Amino acid sequence: MLTNFIETVQSRSDLIQQAFVEHIYLSFVALAIGIAIALPLGILIARYRKYAEPVIGVTAIFQTIPSLALFGFLVPLMGIGSNTALIALIIYALLPILRNTYTGIISVDSSITEAGRGMGMTRSQILTQIEFPLALPFIMAGIRTATVLTVGIATLATFVGAGGLGDVIYRGLQSYNNSLVLAGALPVALLAISFDLLLKWVEKKATPKGMKNT
Amino acid sequence: MIRFDQVTKKFPDGTEALKNVSVSIRTGELTAIIGPSGCGKTTLMKMINRLEVPTKGDILIDEKSIKETDQVELRRSIGYVIQRIGLLPHMTIQKNAGLVPKLKGWSEEKTLNRVKELMTTVGLEPDIYLPRYPLELSGGQQQRIGVVRALAGDPNIVLMDEPFSALDPISREQLQKELRSLQKRIHKTIVFVTHDMDEALKIADNIIVMREGKIEQIGSPDDLIHAPANDFVRDFIGQERIDRQRTFAQRKLQELANFFSHEKTNEHIEEISSNDSIKTAITMLEKPTVNLLAIHHEDKFVGYIDQTSLLRAVIAKEEGGNYAD
Repeated sequence: MLTNFIETVQSRSDLIQQAFVEHIYLSFVALAIGIAIALPLGILIARYRKYAEPVIGVTAIFQTIPSLALFGFLVPLMGIGSNTALIALIIYALLPILRNTYTGIISVDSSITEAGRGMGMTRSQILTQIEFPLALPFIMAGIRTATVLTVGIATLATFVGAGGLGDVIYRGLQSYNNSLVLAGALPVALLAISFDLLLKWVEKKATPKGMKNT
Repeated sequence: MIRFDQVTKKFPDGTEALKNVSVSIRTGELTAIIGPSGCGKTTLMKMINRLEVPTKGDILIDEKSIKETDQVELRRSIGYVIQRIGLLPHMTIQKNAGLVPKLKGWSEEKTLNRVKELMTTVGLEPDIYLPRYPLELSGGQQQRIGVVRALAGDPNIVLMDEPFSALDPISREQLQKELRSLQKRIHKTIVFVTHDMDEALKIADNIIVMREGKIEQIGSPDDLIHAPANDFVRDFIGQERIDRQRTFAQRKLQELANFFSHEKTNEHIEEISSNDSIKTAITMLEKPTVNLLAIHHEDKFVGYIDQTSLLRAVIAKEEGGNYAD
Protein backbone atom coordinates (compact mmCIF):
# COMPACT_ATOMS: atom_id res chain seq x y z
CA MET A 1 0.00 0.00 0.00
CA LEU A 2 2.70 2.49 1.06
CA THR A 3 5.04 1.54 -1.79
CA ASN A 4 2.11 1.82 -4.14
CA PHE A 5 1.43 5.34 -2.83
CA ILE A 6 5.07 6.42 -3.18
CA GLU A 7 5.20 5.07 -6.73
CA THR A 8 2.06 6.99 -7.62
CA VAL A 9 3.41 10.21 -6.18
CA GLN A 10 6.66 9.77 -8.07
CA SER A 11 5.06 8.94 -11.40
CA ARG A 12 2.45 11.72 -11.15
CA SER A 13 4.65 14.35 -9.49
CA ASP A 14 4.19 16.80 -12.36
CA LEU A 15 0.42 16.66 -12.07
CA ILE A 16 0.50 16.91 -8.27
CA GLN A 17 2.89 19.84 -8.26
CA GLN A 18 0.88 21.78 -10.80
CA ALA A 19 -2.34 21.07 -8.92
CA PHE A 20 -0.70 22.14 -5.67
CA VAL A 21 0.32 25.50 -7.11
CA GLU A 22 -3.13 26.01 -8.62
CA HIS A 23 -4.71 25.17 -5.29
CA ILE A 24 -2.61 27.70 -3.40
CA TYR A 25 -3.29 30.30 -6.07
CA LEU A 26 -7.05 29.79 -5.88
CA SER A 27 -7.13 29.81 -2.08
CA PHE A 28 -4.97 32.88 -1.70
CA VAL A 29 -6.47 35.06 -4.36
CA ALA A 30 -9.92 34.23 -3.00
CA LEU A 31 -8.81 35.03 0.55
CA ALA A 32 -7.09 38.26 -0.41
CA ILE A 33 -10.17 39.49 -2.25
CA GLY A 34 -12.40 38.19 0.55
CA ILE A 35 -10.42 40.16 3.12
CA ALA A 36 -10.40 43.23 0.90
CA ILE A 37 -14.20 43.13 0.77
CA ALA A 38 -15.17 41.84 4.22
CA LEU A 39 -12.79 43.88 6.37
CA PRO A 40 -13.92 47.36 5.27
CA LEU A 41 -17.50 46.14 5.11
CA GLY A 42 -17.26 44.84 8.67
CA ILE A 43 -15.87 48.17 9.86
CA LEU A 44 -18.64 49.97 7.99
CA ILE A 45 -21.50 47.94 9.45
CA ALA A 46 -19.99 48.31 12.93
CA ARG A 47 -20.37 52.05 12.46
CA TYR A 48 -23.82 51.94 10.86
CA ARG A 49 -25.27 49.18 12.98
CA LYS A 50 -28.74 49.15 11.52
CA TYR A 51 -27.27 47.66 8.34
CA ALA A 52 -25.36 44.99 10.24
CA GLU A 53 -28.13 42.43 10.49
CA PRO A 54 -29.18 42.48 6.81
CA VAL A 55 -25.59 42.45 5.51
CA ILE A 56 -24.49 39.60 7.74
CA GLY A 57 -27.78 37.84 6.97
CA VAL A 58 -27.11 37.88 3.22
CA THR A 59 -23.59 36.47 3.62
CA ALA A 60 -24.96 33.86 6.01
CA ILE A 61 -27.48 32.75 3.38
CA PHE A 62 -24.67 32.30 0.86
CA GLN A 63 -22.88 30.21 3.44
CA THR A 64 -25.79 27.82 3.73
CA ILE A 65 -25.76 26.96 0.01
CA PRO A 66 -23.93 23.64 -0.32
CA SER A 67 -20.59 24.32 -1.96
CA LEU A 68 -21.08 21.84 -4.78
CA ALA A 69 -24.44 23.46 -5.60
CA LEU A 70 -22.95 26.95 -5.58
CA PHE A 71 -20.31 25.90 -8.11
CA GLY A 72 -23.13 24.38 -10.15
CA PHE A 73 -25.22 27.60 -10.05
CA LEU A 74 -22.30 29.71 -11.16
CA VAL A 75 -21.39 27.71 -14.26
CA PRO A 76 -24.42 28.81 -16.36
CA LEU A 77 -23.76 32.42 -15.31
CA MET A 78 -20.00 32.59 -15.50
CA GLY A 79 -18.99 29.64 -17.62
CA ILE A 80 -16.14 27.46 -16.50
CA GLY A 81 -12.66 28.49 -15.43
CA SER A 82 -10.78 29.80 -12.47
CA ASN A 83 -12.81 33.04 -12.22
CA THR A 84 -15.94 31.04 -11.48
CA ALA A 85 -14.11 29.08 -8.80
CA LEU A 86 -12.70 32.29 -7.30
CA ILE A 87 -16.12 33.88 -7.00
CA ALA A 88 -17.51 30.86 -5.20
CA LEU A 89 -14.53 30.77 -2.85
CA ILE A 90 -14.74 34.51 -2.12
CA ILE A 91 -18.41 34.13 -1.21
CA TYR A 92 -17.49 31.47 1.33
CA ALA A 93 -14.62 33.49 2.78
CA LEU A 94 -16.80 36.56 3.37
CA LEU A 95 -18.92 35.51 6.31
CA PRO A 96 -16.28 34.50 8.86
CA ILE A 97 -14.18 37.59 8.23
CA LEU A 98 -17.17 39.95 8.09
CA ARG A 99 -18.80 38.61 11.22
CA ASN A 100 -15.61 38.56 13.24
CA THR A 101 -14.62 42.07 12.20
CA TYR A 102 -18.05 43.33 13.16
CA THR A 103 -18.14 41.44 16.45
CA GLY A 104 -14.58 42.45 17.27
CA ILE A 105 -15.29 46.13 16.80
CA ILE A 106 -18.63 46.27 18.57
CA SER A 107 -17.27 44.33 21.52
CA VAL A 108 -14.66 46.99 22.23
CA ASP A 109 -15.66 48.34 25.65
CA SER A 110 -17.75 51.47 25.10
CA SER A 111 -16.03 53.20 28.01
CA ILE A 112 -12.78 53.09 26.03
CA THR A 113 -14.23 54.65 22.90
CA GLU A 114 -16.11 57.20 25.01
CA ALA A 115 -12.87 58.17 26.71
CA GLY A 116 -11.25 58.50 23.28
CA ARG A 117 -14.05 60.71 22.04
CA GLY A 118 -13.99 62.83 25.18
CA MET A 119 -10.26 63.36 24.87
CA GLY A 120 -10.67 64.70 21.38
CA MET A 121 -9.76 61.79 19.15
CA THR A 122 -11.22 62.00 15.66
CA ARG A 123 -13.37 59.18 14.33
CA SER A 124 -10.54 57.75 12.28
CA GLN A 125 -8.14 57.98 15.21
CA ILE A 126 -10.61 56.04 17.33
CA LEU A 127 -10.84 53.43 14.57
CA THR A 128 -7.11 53.05 13.93
CA GLN A 129 -5.80 53.54 17.47
CA ILE A 130 -8.53 51.95 19.57
CA GLU A 131 -11.09 49.86 17.73
CA PHE A 132 -8.89 48.16 15.17
CA PRO A 133 -6.03 47.09 17.48
CA LEU A 134 -8.50 45.82 20.07
CA ALA A 135 -10.55 43.94 17.45
CA LEU A 136 -7.49 42.48 15.72
CA PRO A 137 -7.49 39.13 17.57
CA PHE A 138 -11.13 38.63 16.52
CA ILE A 139 -10.38 39.63 12.95
CA MET A 140 -7.42 37.26 12.79
CA ALA A 141 -9.57 34.43 14.10
CA GLY A 142 -12.08 35.13 11.33
CA ILE A 143 -9.36 35.12 8.68
CA ARG A 144 -8.10 31.84 10.09
CA THR A 145 -11.52 30.22 9.82
CA ALA A 146 -11.92 31.55 6.30
CA THR A 147 -8.50 30.22 5.28
CA VAL A 148 -9.16 26.66 6.40
CA LEU A 149 -12.61 26.79 4.81
CA THR A 150 -11.27 28.10 1.51
CA VAL A 151 -8.42 25.60 1.27
CA GLY A 152 -10.94 22.80 1.79
CA ILE A 153 -13.59 24.05 -0.62
CA ALA A 154 -11.02 24.87 -3.31
CA THR A 155 -10.92 21.09 -3.88
CA LEU A 156 -14.26 21.47 -5.69
CA ALA A 157 -12.79 23.93 -8.17
CA THR A 158 -11.99 20.95 -10.38
CA PHE A 159 -15.69 20.68 -11.28
CA VAL A 160 -15.62 24.09 -12.95
CA GLY A 161 -12.33 23.35 -14.67
CA ALA A 162 -10.23 25.54 -12.41
CA GLY A 163 -7.78 22.81 -11.44
CA GLY A 164 -6.31 22.52 -7.97
CA LEU A 165 -5.72 19.43 -5.90
CA GLY A 166 -9.34 18.43 -6.54
CA ASP A 167 -8.13 17.42 -10.01
CA VAL A 168 -5.83 14.82 -8.53
CA ILE A 169 -8.51 13.47 -6.21
CA TYR A 170 -11.14 13.36 -8.97
CA ARG A 171 -8.82 11.51 -11.33
CA GLY A 172 -8.02 9.03 -8.62
CA LEU A 173 -11.72 8.45 -7.95
CA GLN A 174 -12.51 7.91 -11.61
CA SER A 175 -9.70 5.42 -12.08
CA TYR A 176 -10.34 3.63 -8.78
CA ASN A 177 -6.81 4.60 -7.81
CA ASN A 178 -6.89 5.08 -4.03
CA SER A 179 -3.24 6.08 -3.95
CA LEU A 180 -3.93 8.94 -6.32
CA VAL A 181 -6.93 10.05 -4.23
CA LEU A 182 -4.64 10.08 -1.24
CA ALA A 183 -1.93 11.95 -3.16
CA GLY A 184 -4.49 14.73 -3.72
CA ALA A 185 -6.21 14.67 -0.32
CA LEU A 186 -3.11 14.58 1.82
CA PRO A 187 -1.62 17.88 0.54
CA VAL A 188 -5.03 19.57 1.01
CA ALA A 189 -5.12 18.45 4.62
CA LEU A 190 -1.49 19.43 5.22
CA LEU A 191 -2.07 22.81 3.60
CA ALA A 192 -5.12 23.46 5.79
CA ILE A 193 -3.38 22.36 8.97
CA SER A 194 -0.19 24.30 8.36
CA PHE A 195 -2.03 27.51 7.50
CA ASP A 196 -4.19 27.06 10.55
CA LEU A 197 -1.13 26.74 12.75
CA LEU A 198 0.61 29.66 11.07
CA LEU A 199 -2.40 31.91 11.50
CA LYS A 200 -2.89 30.76 15.06
CA TRP A 201 0.60 32.04 15.74
CA VAL A 202 -0.18 35.33 13.97
CA GLU A 203 -3.41 35.60 15.95
CA LYS A 204 -1.46 35.26 19.18
CA LYS A 205 0.98 37.91 18.00
CA ALA A 206 -1.93 40.15 17.08
CA THR A 207 -3.32 40.11 20.61
CA PRO A 208 -2.25 43.43 22.06
CA LYS A 209 0.24 43.22 24.86
CA GLY A 210 -1.37 44.06 28.15
CA MET A 211 -4.47 42.04 27.24
CA LYS A 212 -2.91 38.61 27.11
CA ASN A 213 -3.42 37.71 30.73
CA THR A 214 -7.10 38.49 30.81
CA MET B 1 -16.51 80.95 33.48
CA ILE B 2 -18.75 78.37 31.87
CA ARG B 3 -22.20 79.75 31.25
CA PHE B 4 -25.27 77.76 30.23
CA ASP B 5 -27.73 80.03 28.51
CA GLN B 6 -31.31 78.70 28.52
CA VAL B 7 -30.26 75.21 27.58
CA THR B 8 -32.88 72.63 26.71
CA LYS B 9 -32.14 69.06 25.72
CA LYS B 10 -34.72 66.75 24.22
CA PHE B 11 -33.71 63.24 23.31
CA PRO B 12 -35.13 61.56 20.19
CA ASP B 13 -37.36 59.38 22.38
CA GLY B 14 -39.07 62.53 23.69
CA THR B 15 -37.59 62.67 27.17
CA GLU B 16 -36.60 66.14 28.19
CA ALA B 17 -33.28 65.86 30.01
CA LEU B 18 -32.81 69.58 30.56
CA LYS B 19 -35.51 72.21 30.77
CA ASN B 20 -34.38 75.72 29.98
CA VAL B 21 -31.38 75.64 32.29
CA SER B 22 -29.31 78.76 32.86
CA VAL B 23 -26.36 78.51 35.21
CA SER B 24 -22.82 79.75 35.53
CA ILE B 25 -19.87 77.70 36.71
CA ARG B 26 -17.09 79.74 38.23
CA THR B 27 -13.50 79.61 37.04
CA GLY B 28 -10.93 77.94 39.26
CA GLU B 29 -13.48 76.31 41.52
CA LEU B 30 -14.70 72.77 41.92
CA THR B 31 -18.39 72.63 41.15
CA ALA B 32 -20.29 69.45 41.88
CA ILE B 33 -23.49 68.65 40.02
CA ILE B 34 -25.68 66.35 42.06
CA GLY B 35 -29.12 64.84 41.79
CA PRO B 36 -30.98 61.55 41.56
CA SER B 37 -30.38 59.43 38.46
CA GLY B 38 -32.10 60.79 35.39
CA CYS B 39 -32.01 64.37 36.63
CA GLY B 40 -29.87 65.50 33.70
CA LYS B 41 -26.63 66.08 35.58
CA THR B 42 -24.47 64.02 33.24
CA THR B 43 -26.15 65.49 30.18
CA LEU B 44 -25.44 68.97 31.51
CA MET B 45 -21.77 68.15 32.01
CA LYS B 46 -21.32 66.41 28.67
CA MET B 47 -22.56 69.51 26.90
CA ILE B 48 -19.45 71.37 27.95
CA ASN B 49 -17.23 69.29 25.67
CA ARG B 50 -20.00 68.75 23.15
CA LEU B 51 -20.49 65.06 23.78
CA GLU B 52 -24.09 66.17 24.01
CA VAL B 53 -25.52 68.97 21.92
CA PRO B 54 -28.30 71.23 23.24
CA THR B 55 -31.62 71.18 21.45
CA LYS B 56 -32.04 74.85 22.35
CA GLY B 57 -29.78 77.39 24.00
CA ASP B 58 -26.04 77.79 24.07
CA ILE B 59 -23.01 77.15 26.25
CA LEU B 60 -20.33 79.79 26.55
CA ILE B 61 -16.82 79.43 27.89
CA ASP B 62 -15.48 82.85 28.89
CA GLU B 63 -18.39 84.34 26.94
CA LYS B 64 -17.40 82.56 23.74
CA SER B 65 -19.90 80.07 22.38
CA ILE B 66 -18.45 76.57 22.25
CA LYS B 67 -20.01 76.17 18.83
CA GLU B 68 -17.33 78.50 17.50
CA THR B 69 -14.54 76.10 18.43
CA ASP B 70 -13.90 72.93 16.43
CA GLN B 71 -15.34 70.06 18.43
CA VAL B 72 -12.13 68.00 18.41
CA GLU B 73 -10.02 71.02 19.42
CA LEU B 74 -12.52 71.83 22.17
CA ARG B 75 -12.31 68.33 23.63
CA ARG B 76 -8.53 68.33 23.55
CA SER B 77 -8.57 71.52 25.60
CA ILE B 78 -10.87 70.04 28.26
CA GLY B 79 -9.84 67.24 30.61
CA TYR B 80 -12.25 64.32 30.87
CA VAL B 81 -12.47 61.63 33.54
CA ILE B 82 -15.20 58.98 33.38
CA GLN B 83 -16.63 56.54 35.88
CA ARG B 84 -15.55 53.47 33.95
CA ILE B 85 -12.01 54.88 33.69
CA GLY B 86 -11.59 53.91 30.02
CA LEU B 87 -7.85 53.51 29.82
CA LEU B 88 -6.76 51.92 26.55
CA PRO B 89 -5.80 48.36 27.54
CA HIS B 90 -3.36 47.87 24.65
CA MET B 91 -1.22 50.87 25.53
CA THR B 92 1.26 51.29 28.35
CA ILE B 93 0.58 53.76 31.15
CA GLN B 94 3.06 56.11 29.54
CA LYS B 95 1.14 56.12 26.26
CA ASN B 96 -2.24 56.31 27.99
CA ALA B 97 -1.27 59.22 30.18
CA GLY B 98 0.38 61.06 27.30
CA LEU B 99 -2.45 60.59 24.85
CA VAL B 100 -3.89 64.11 24.86
CA PRO B 101 -0.47 65.83 24.66
CA LYS B 102 0.32 63.54 21.72
CA LEU B 103 -2.96 64.49 20.03
CA LYS B 104 -2.06 68.11 20.65
CA GLY B 105 1.33 67.57 19.04
CA TRP B 106 3.58 68.13 22.05
CA SER B 107 7.18 66.90 21.87
CA GLU B 108 7.81 63.52 23.46
CA GLU B 109 10.14 64.98 26.02
CA LYS B 110 7.68 67.64 27.15
CA THR B 111 4.91 65.02 27.35
CA LEU B 112 7.03 62.61 29.38
CA ASN B 113 8.10 65.30 31.83
CA ARG B 114 4.53 66.42 32.31
CA VAL B 115 3.28 62.85 32.80
CA LYS B 116 6.05 62.04 35.28
CA GLU B 117 5.33 65.17 37.26
CA LEU B 118 1.60 64.44 37.46
CA MET B 119 2.14 60.79 38.36
CA THR B 120 4.34 61.81 41.25
CA THR B 121 1.60 64.19 42.36
CA VAL B 122 -0.97 61.40 42.54
CA GLY B 123 1.46 59.10 44.30
CA LEU B 124 2.43 56.69 41.52
CA GLU B 125 6.17 56.19 41.07
CA PRO B 126 6.74 56.90 37.32
CA ASP B 127 9.71 54.55 36.92
CA ILE B 128 7.63 51.63 38.17
CA TYR B 129 4.31 52.35 36.48
CA LEU B 130 5.17 53.99 33.15
CA PRO B 131 5.98 50.71 31.34
CA ARG B 132 3.02 48.80 32.81
CA TYR B 133 -0.31 48.07 31.19
CA PRO B 134 -3.61 49.32 32.67
CA LEU B 135 -4.90 45.87 33.59
CA GLU B 136 -1.84 45.31 35.78
CA LEU B 137 -3.01 48.15 38.04
CA SER B 138 -5.70 48.22 40.73
CA GLY B 139 -8.91 50.16 40.16
CA GLY B 140 -7.75 53.04 42.33
CA GLN B 141 -4.40 53.22 40.54
CA GLN B 142 -6.12 53.10 37.16
CA GLN B 143 -8.36 56.03 38.04
CA ARG B 144 -5.33 57.97 39.28
CA ILE B 145 -3.93 57.48 35.79
CA GLY B 146 -7.34 58.57 34.48
CA VAL B 147 -6.90 61.83 36.38
CA VAL B 148 -3.31 62.18 35.15
CA ARG B 149 -4.50 61.65 31.58
CA ALA B 150 -7.15 64.33 31.98
CA LEU B 151 -4.64 66.84 33.36
CA ALA B 152 -1.73 65.97 31.05
CA GLY B 153 -2.74 68.35 28.29
CA ASP B 154 -2.85 71.18 30.85
CA PRO B 155 -6.52 72.00 30.33
CA ASN B 156 -8.23 74.88 32.12
CA ILE B 157 -11.40 72.90 32.52
CA VAL B 158 -11.70 69.31 33.75
CA LEU B 159 -14.93 67.32 33.55
CA MET B 160 -15.36 64.41 35.93
CA ASP B 161 -18.29 62.04 35.49
CA GLU B 162 -18.74 60.16 38.78
CA PRO B 163 -15.03 59.39 38.70
CA PHE B 164 -14.75 57.65 42.05
CA SER B 165 -18.10 55.90 42.38
CA ALA B 166 -16.88 52.57 40.96
CA LEU B 167 -13.99 52.36 43.40
CA ASP B 168 -13.86 50.64 46.76
CA PRO B 169 -14.59 52.94 49.74
CA ILE B 170 -10.95 53.24 50.82
CA SER B 171 -9.62 54.18 47.39
CA ARG B 172 -12.57 56.52 46.96
CA GLU B 173 -11.80 58.41 50.13
CA GLN B 174 -8.11 58.62 49.27
CA LEU B 175 -8.80 59.93 45.78
CA GLN B 176 -11.28 62.50 47.12
CA LYS B 177 -8.63 63.78 49.48
CA GLU B 178 -5.99 63.81 46.77
CA LEU B 179 -8.28 65.68 44.40
CA ARG B 180 -9.01 68.25 47.09
CA SER B 181 -5.34 68.87 47.78
CA LEU B 182 -4.45 68.77 44.08
CA GLN B 183 -7.11 71.37 43.36
CA LYS B 184 -5.68 73.66 46.05
CA ARG B 185 -2.51 73.81 44.00
CA ILE B 186 -3.72 73.78 40.43
CA HIS B 187 -6.99 75.74 40.65
CA LYS B 188 -8.64 74.27 37.59
CA THR B 189 -12.27 74.74 36.78
CA ILE B 190 -13.55 71.30 37.70
CA VAL B 191 -17.07 70.12 36.97
CA PHE B 192 -17.73 67.02 39.02
CA VAL B 193 -20.87 64.95 38.54
CA THR B 194 -21.83 62.75 41.47
CA HIS B 195 -24.84 61.21 43.15
CA ASP B 196 -23.07 61.00 46.50
CA MET B 197 -23.97 63.94 48.76
CA ASP B 198 -21.17 63.20 51.24
CA GLU B 199 -18.68 63.35 48.38
CA ALA B 200 -20.10 66.63 47.10
CA LEU B 201 -20.11 68.23 50.57
CA LYS B 202 -16.54 67.07 51.10
CA ILE B 203 -14.86 68.20 47.91
CA ALA B 204 -16.95 70.91 46.25
CA ASP B 205 -16.71 74.69 46.42
CA ASN B 206 -20.15 74.93 44.87
CA ILE B 207 -22.92 72.43 44.51
CA ILE B 208 -25.63 72.45 41.88
CA VAL B 209 -28.62 70.34 42.93
CA MET B 210 -30.73 69.11 40.04
CA ARG B 211 -34.05 67.35 39.67
CA GLU B 212 -35.88 66.35 36.50
CA GLY B 213 -33.89 68.59 34.21
CA LYS B 214 -34.09 71.65 36.42
CA ILE B 215 -31.78 73.24 38.93
CA GLU B 216 -33.21 73.22 42.44
CA GLN B 217 -30.41 75.05 44.21
CA ILE B 218 -26.92 76.38 43.67
CA GLY B 219 -24.74 77.11 46.65
CA SER B 220 -21.76 76.28 48.76
CA PRO B 221 -21.93 73.14 50.91
CA ASP B 222 -22.71 75.42 53.86
CA ASP B 223 -25.56 77.08 52.00
CA LEU B 224 -27.09 73.70 51.29
CA ILE B 225 -26.79 72.46 54.84
CA HIS B 226 -28.01 75.62 56.49
CA ALA B 227 -30.45 76.87 53.94
CA PRO B 228 -31.83 74.14 51.72
CA ALA B 229 -33.93 75.93 49.11
CA ASN B 230 -36.89 73.58 49.40
CA ASP B 231 -38.14 70.26 50.68
CA PHE B 232 -36.57 68.36 47.82
CA VAL B 233 -33.09 69.67 48.56
CA ARG B 234 -33.62 69.07 52.27
CA ASP B 235 -34.73 65.49 51.64
CA PHE B 236 -31.95 64.91 49.17
CA ILE B 237 -29.32 66.06 51.59
CA GLY B 238 -31.09 64.09 54.28
CA GLN B 239 -32.26 65.44 57.60
CA GLU B 240 -29.78 63.25 59.40
CA ARG B 241 -26.85 64.67 57.46
CA ILE B 242 -28.14 68.19 58.07
CA ASP B 243 -28.39 67.56 61.81
CA ARG B 244 -24.95 66.00 61.91
CA GLN B 245 -23.51 69.06 60.26
CA ARG B 246 -25.29 71.57 62.43
CA THR B 247 -25.71 70.33 65.98
CA PHE B 248 -25.34 73.93 66.99
CA ALA B 249 -28.57 74.60 65.14
CA GLN B 250 -30.40 73.20 68.11
CA ARG B 251 -29.00 75.88 70.36
CA LYS B 252 -31.13 78.81 71.43
CA LEU B 253 -31.16 82.07 69.55
CA GLN B 254 -30.14 84.06 72.63
CA GLU B 255 -26.69 82.51 72.34
CA LEU B 256 -26.19 84.52 69.16
CA ALA B 257 -26.74 87.89 70.80
CA ASN B 258 -23.47 89.08 69.28
CA PHE B 259 -25.02 88.86 65.84
CA PHE B 260 -28.25 90.69 66.58
CA SER B 261 -28.70 93.99 64.84
CA HIS B 262 -30.97 96.89 65.61
CA GLU B 263 -31.50 98.07 62.05
CA LYS B 264 -34.83 97.30 60.54
CA THR B 265 -33.48 96.41 57.12
CA ASN B 266 -36.62 94.84 55.74
CA GLU B 267 -40.39 95.01 55.96
CA HIS B 268 -41.06 91.25 55.84
CA ILE B 269 -40.72 90.55 59.51
CA GLU B 270 -41.93 87.81 61.81
CA GLU B 271 -41.53 87.54 65.52
CA ILE B 272 -39.58 84.89 67.34
CA SER B 273 -38.64 84.20 70.93
CA SER B 274 -35.02 84.18 71.98
CA ASN B 275 -35.74 80.79 73.50
CA ASP B 276 -36.46 79.32 70.07
CA SER B 277 -33.72 77.27 68.41
CA ILE B 278 -31.49 78.54 65.66
CA LYS B 279 -33.03 75.84 63.53
CA THR B 280 -36.50 77.31 64.00
CA ALA B 281 -35.15 80.70 62.97
CA ILE B 282 -33.63 79.18 59.84
CA THR B 283 -36.86 77.42 58.96
CA MET B 284 -38.79 80.68 59.35
CA LEU B 285 -36.30 82.56 57.21
CA GLU B 286 -36.65 79.94 54.48
CA LYS B 287 -40.18 81.17 53.81
CA PRO B 288 -40.10 83.52 50.83
CA THR B 289 -42.31 85.99 52.70
CA VAL B 290 -39.93 86.43 55.62
CA ASN B 291 -36.59 88.18 55.43
CA LEU B 292 -36.04 89.38 58.96
CA LEU B 293 -36.86 88.09 62.43
CA ALA B 294 -37.64 90.33 65.37
CA ILE B 295 -36.39 88.65 68.52
CA HIS B 296 -38.13 89.06 71.85
CA HIS B 297 -36.78 88.07 75.20
CA GLU B 298 -39.53 87.80 77.80
CA ASP B 299 -41.74 90.22 75.85
CA LYS B 300 -38.91 92.69 75.43
CA PHE B 301 -37.55 93.39 71.92
CA VAL B 302 -33.83 92.61 71.84
CA GLY B 303 -32.86 92.83 68.14
CA TYR B 304 -33.22 91.63 64.57
CA ILE B 305 -31.57 88.71 62.88
CA ASP B 306 -31.50 87.73 59.19
CA GLN B 307 -29.94 84.99 57.06
CA THR B 308 -26.68 86.84 56.62
CA SER B 309 -26.09 87.30 60.31
CA LEU B 310 -27.03 83.68 60.94
CA LEU B 311 -24.48 82.65 58.32
CA ARG B 312 -21.88 84.83 59.97
CA ALA B 313 -22.56 83.00 63.19
CA VAL B 314 -22.11 79.71 61.36
CA ILE B 315 -18.80 80.84 59.90
CA ALA B 316 -17.66 82.04 63.28
CA LYS B 317 -18.53 78.64 64.68
CA GLU B 318 -16.72 76.84 61.86
CA GLU B 319 -13.65 78.93 62.51
CA GLY B 320 -13.79 77.98 66.14
CA GLY B 321 -14.40 81.57 67.16
CA ASN B 322 -16.51 82.62 70.06
CA TYR B 323 -19.97 82.99 68.61
CA ALA B 324 -21.73 82.90 71.95
CA ASP B 325 -21.50 85.38 74.75
